[in-house]
Amino acid sequence: MSLWEYANPKKFTETVTPLIPWVLGLAAICLVASLIWGVFFTPEDYRQGATVKIIYLHVPSALMAINAWFMMLVASLIWLVRRHHVSALAAKAAAPVGMVMVLIAIATGAIWGKPMWGTYWAWDPRLTSFLILFLFYLGYMALWAAVDDADTAADLTSVLCIVGSVFAVLSRYAVLFWNQGLHQGASLSLDAEEHVADVFYYPLLVSIAGFVLLFLGLVLLRTRSEIALRRAAALDRRAEARAAATTGEPA
Amino acid sequence: MSGFKSLKKRRRIQIIAVTFVALAGATALAGYAMRDGINYFRSPTQVAEAPPEPDEVFRLGGLVEDGSLVRGQGTQISFRVTDGSYEIPVIYDGILPDLFEENQGMIGQGRYINGTFEAIEILAKHDEDYQPRELTKALEEAGHPVDPAAADGAAVTN
Repeated sequence: MSLWEYANPKKFTETVTPLIPWVLGLAAICLVASLIWGVFFTPEDYRQGATVKIIYLHVPSALMAINAWFMMLVASLIWLVRRHHVSALAAKAAAPVGMVMVLIAIATGAIWGKPMWGTYWAWDPRLTSFLILFLFYLGYMALWAAVDDADTAADLTSVLCIVGSVFAVLSRYAVLFWNQGLHQGASLSLDAEEHVADVFYYPLLVSIAGFVLLFLGLVLLRTRSEIALRRAAALDRRAEARAAATTGEPA
Repeated sequence: MSGFKSLKKRRRIQIIAVTFVALAGATALAGYAMRDGINYFRSPTQVAEAPPEPDEVFRLGGLVEDGSLVRGQGTQISFRVTDGSYEIPVIYDGILPDLFEENQGMIGQGRYINGTFEAIEILAKHDEDYQPRELTKALEEAGHPVDPAAADGAAVTN
């Protein structure tokens, strides 16, 4: 029993279909709970006042915007090496979800930035690398749509994904590489230093869990749809070929 | 047959590895080449040691020095920006963001004319610390004020 058995489209669909409602349901519970908790039951920040509450949307979406690209990178590498179609389709399915995460992060950041920094947008390294990441998402989706042959499209988009991972890394670590920027350093990090008080931190963790589950659920759902679409296209082609063969015979 | 296939697979892995090395190298070289040009703002030390021309528009960032803030008529304001080594006097006429105050980080855009930074835009820099207002008040009442210099020293170097 190997993990690679799930690369079989039929096995993947059978395994994933009963899981999807649970994952999405759990995501909804986490998101609703964390947003109600965060918005109504946490105090105001000592400098930002109530504007701090946007953290419950901004941080998880920015996190998922970057992690979605890494998930696409892993899926693309599996496709390039092992040629599992489900892997290529999972990368394709994740792109629009990741793109929306970038949009949420940029929009909430702008709404926070106007009262706090005094501007909606600044050409700061972190903000700029996020914008480039957004353009990479658009380019990735456009490339999938532009190439007719499915395997060629998967190959080309995989290479684009590898190149784009540079900007996914940059957008995560821009605040470390270029210390003279406008965007603050990472509030959440794995080092011991604590930047976020517990009262904000716990609802934020639940919100992050909600975003992770939402991403997972949507990607599974969309991958299943992509598999079904591809199977339908294959059946169409077979039916056409059969029709051509039967009509071609008498003539 | 299987041996042939695994050779192909091995080649693909090798090509991907070379791709990553090339990309990492290209990124490192690009970053190295632009290491001076990619900074969003200049520090008071950089401005003091290499004063820009009066017609050059650039960004200056640092801490608003404690006790230097003077409000003039209307929306006129003057203060000094410091990074611990040098102070640059700043004048500005306009609306300030909520987070702008003494001992906090700011980034201004403008020109350096006769030893004074004439700002045309001022942004406040926020640090990565989040703390409830009640806790801060309680800490101050208990005689343990939140040390803004410690918090913002980190913000400026960040």
